[in-house]
Amino acid sequence: MELLLSRYRNLSILLVTILAQLVLLAYQVKSNQEVRLIRVWAVSGVTPLARVLEASRSGVSHFFSDYFVLLDVRDDNKRMKAELDRIKMENQFLRTELSTADRAHSLAIFQAQSPSKTIAAHIIGNTTEPGAKVVMVDRGSSSGIEKGLAVITPDGIVGKVINVYPTASFVLLATDPTFAAGVISQTNRVHGTLRGQGYSTVTIEHVQNEEKVAQGEWFYTSGDDRIFPKGLPVGPATVVRPGKTSKEIYVTPSGFQEGLEEVLIIVDGVHAAIPDASPENQAVHLLAPPADDPGATAAPAQTGPAATDADRVIERYRKIGDVEKHVYGERGSGAPNYNLSPDQLSDRGTPGGKTEDSKTTPGPNTPDSKPSGNVPPGMTQRKAGPSTNP
Amino acid sequence: MTEFTEGFSEPSRKTRISKFHVVSMVGIPLAAILFQVYVPRFVTYLSYLELPLLVTVYFSLMRRSPVAGVFFGAGIGLAQDSLSHNPLGMFGIVKTLVGYFAASVSQRFDVENSVVRLVLGFFFFFFHQFFYWVLARALLGEAVDFEPQQILVVALLNAAVAVPLFHILDKLKVTG
Repeated sequence: MELLLSRYRNLSILLVTILAQLVLLAYQVKSNQEVRLIRVWAVSGVTPLARVLEASRSGVSHFFSDYFVLLDVRDDNKRMKAELDRIKMENQFLRTELSTADRAHSLAIFQAQSPSKTIAAHIIGNTTEPGAKVVMVDRGSSSGIEKGLAVITPDGIVGKVINVYPTASFVLLATDPTFAAGVISQTNRVHGTLRGQGYSTVTIEHVQNEEKVAQGEWFYTSGDDRIFPKGLPVGPATVVRPGKTSKEIYVTPSGFQEGLEEVLIIVDGVHAAIPDASPENQAVHLLAPPADDPGATAAPAQTGPAATDADRVIERYRKIGDVEKHVYGERGSGAPNYNLSPDQLSDRGTPGGKTEDSKTTPGPNTPDSKPSGNVPPGMTQRKAGPSTNP
Repeated sequence: MTEFTEGFSEPSRKTRISKFHVVSMVGIPLAAILFQVYVPRFVTYLSYLELPLLVTVYFSLMRRSPVAGVFFGAGIGLAQDSLSHNPLGMFGIVKTLVGYFAASVSQRFDVENSVVRLVLGFFFFFFHQFFYWVLARALLGEAVDFEPQQILVVALLNAAVAVPLFHILDKLKVTG
């Protein structure tokens, strides 16, 4: 036996090493547990180095962008515009600072407004596995991170925590083929399962061909997966078509649109309602216009024919307001009957072109007294959204 | 034996074992793994570069000892496994085999020849990817895609990087 082992020493060592690793692998697969100690050592060893690298990179990057690029500009203009150069450098510095502050500020605002309790984290690296969509963040168990927590940005979901170490965690991105999450469509409340594909788009599975999903319709988390709280934006459906057994729906994840640098990890999720409007079409509250200055002349009103559908709608509402003797924006006056037809309008008090008169000589509290003239005072205007029924 | 074949398999050269500082043998694999973890975040196409594999091949070739190759491959592979979300041992087994075979090859060929290094870099990358795919399907039951054409192209790129990289690493040899 000894002779055999010494004769085939190299091969024996190879077989023993591979066998040991196979046993290790089998143990992990069978027991569904990882050998935590080795991973903790590796991650703890790599994290400080990755942090140093990231700090060096950002330092060098700022050095080049703030100094060398501007040095060329300064040299070119030094003789003629020394003062302008100083302002440009200062401006550039402030822009960089502002950009960083804006990003952090928007994250902080979202964090404060979100009903869920979140922890901000910075992405510091990828994993070594080829093709995997997994990133490393600089928050670990020492910050209260646990396996299975949802990771988001203010724009949408990003992924979930799959491994946690004292100083860092691994986050499986929504674009990874092994990722799945429960989602629901905004308009028709169609439930489905989000799956990554390894590319920039994800698919929504298990949606029957008979169910209605419109192209461009937004999907939100449904909360069914017990990982993501209900109501987080996922993204708009870019492609919707019937498939063999179920609908083929492709969604562009909105959480990735601004690039991934800082993320929020939800440590205590709170379910929220699915919003009525998609994130980019959220209603924007507009204050009523200030009271007219008695000494000032009224702003010129639109005198020509209604040019657009919006103008025609406003014209119709103005007629209704006149007929119903309703002042838009006045408290306690209720709402006029918007269902009056054009015939009823002419029958009930606007005979003989009275509307034209009222349009050209508006009263101080009528909509036309407002400089913009497109939104009745006190009403809420949607930003770039579809028109809604009154 | 012709002069050409002597260039590839010269007995006096093949028995020469290169030595390295311990710092180099620990630091270079660590740097290679860090490179793989960090750099593709900013330069996406560099994710195709498998530096830990190239480093495994290099040290196995230079040490010319299958046992050293086995331990070197296993060490780098397990470190790489620790930073992936797959079970430990996947990269470990593949790189153990790469280390063993690379060291075995180094006993028969002049591995300081650039053409030989190019061919070995190409071959071992393809072997690595293929064997990883086999293990992922057989042991983990994962439906991983294997695209030979793409892998051949990437193997060629890695081999092209391996030649200058090995020359740079040659400078770290301890002489005397």
